[in-house]
Amino acid sequence: MRALDLQYMLGLVPVILSYVPLTLAMAGIAMVLALIIASLLAVERVVRIPVLDGLVAIFISFFRGTPLLVQLFLFYYGLPQIVSFLTQINGVTAAIMGLTLHFSAYMAESIRAAIIGVDRSQWEASQAVGMTQSQMMRRIILPQAARIAAPTLVNYFIDMIKGTSLAFTLGVTEMMGATQKEAAGSFLYFEAFLVVAILYWIIVESLSFGQRWLEVHLNKAHAR
Amino acid sequence: MIRIKGLTKRFGDNTVLNNIDLEIERGERICVIGPSGTGKSTLLRCINFLDRPDSGTIEFGDFKVEAAKATRRQILALRRCTAFVFQNYSLFTNRTARQNITEALVTVHRQSSDEANRRADAILRETGLLDKAESYPAALSGGQQQRVGIGRAMALDADLMLFDEPTSALDPEWVGEVLDLMRRVAESRQTMLIVTHEMQFAREIAHRVIFMDGGRIVEQGPPGAIFGAPQDPRIRDFLRRVS
Repeated sequence: MRALDLQYMLGLVPVILSYVPLTLAMAGIAMVLALIIASLLAVERVVRIPVLDGLVAIFISFFRGTPLLVQLFLFYYGLPQIVSFLTQINGVTAAIMGLTLHFSAYMAESIRAAIIGVDRSQWEASQAVGMTQSQMMRRIILPQAARIAAPTLVNYFIDMIKGTSLAFTLGVTEMMGATQKEAAGSFLYFEAFLVVAILYWIIVESLSFGQRWLEVHLNKAHAR
Repeated sequence: MIRIKGLTKRFGDNTVLNNIDLEIERGERICVIGPSGTGKSTLLRCINFLDRPDSGTIEFGDFKVEAAKATRRQILALRRCTAFVFQNYSLFTNRTARQNITEALVTVHRQSSDEANRRADAILRETGLLDKAESYPAALSGGQQQRVGIGRAMALDADLMLFDEPTSALDPEWVGEVLDLMRRVAESRQTMLIVTHEMQFAREIAHRVIFMDGGRIVEQGPPGAIFGAPQDPRIRDFLRRVS
């Protein structure tokens, strides 16, 4: 066993750090899009619009039932062969698309469960004051469902940040891609991947501050 | 004038409301009494379609809804003719006391938030809860929550206010303040249909008392007659048990 090359590891940190913004941007954009799509899918699963309901069920089943890596390859390598205007699709876009659709399927299920978990009295009170279904969902039910779903949604966001590392298989130089290149030059694989692992870890851990803030914010109405 | 004809509701084989006819004058206060499980709450919930009646018609003035073929738009319009006070308060838990009152004014009735806030504060003052305007329901006592619930209903200026056992879930210490507020609502000549087990209150406030049993209206009349000289033995039986 040889000693770790700490000098090399320290030198690598700023190199990999410079790719953190790209990683966070991909995860952030995919998260926002996934939240929007997941909310729409979840509401549909609750109110069950004929025909659409079947399509939504198939969508969720497919994107939950197949590996993220396979979906990414399908979008990046496969789709451009079928759909001509996608020939220009770059790795970052494909990765964001893949992450968005994949995680929207998971998040839809947890939001659906949270919607169903909102007390019946909230639905009845909204109806009794004359709200339309969409007013009720937007103003009363979804905000309360958000509180119930928040912990699992944060979990998915963490998964998504780590999932961006798969973008390197589409030729994107993000944290993982940059590390791979550096390691291939220095042959110090252990050091390089250890550094990137620790950096991912730190990013995810610092998110827990955000999570705590979010939960306090969402629980504001329930403090006694 | 509100006119209900042939209102019927079944849950499976169980007919909970059996062909109910009821006419309500503007400004009239009606208390509905009777044993549990006789359809009193279902009657209220069918009037605003929280439970969908199987048949019958409901008319608010010129506006008429046929239960069996009611459209989504008609149901919305019907709900906007009524205001509902729930047994378990059912305040919006993610809204403050003031926001519970303004919510429907802004989203449903398209008032400006200034206008809605002024109305809410006037109502909070009347209900004695102005200092609780920023409190969320979880921080209010049962009595305070129900007063906000009544305030929310008052703000709607509905043709008909429906009260579904508004004091039944309350600790005894809070019942008085809620009944006081309902007396105040009555003074404003609001049309009220109240399901209640508070017989003394019914006797004092109602123009008409309706006794229901088995999904039907068994007897109705002024409180003096119903409480003083009921014709049907079931009422005498019931009154003996609750007194």
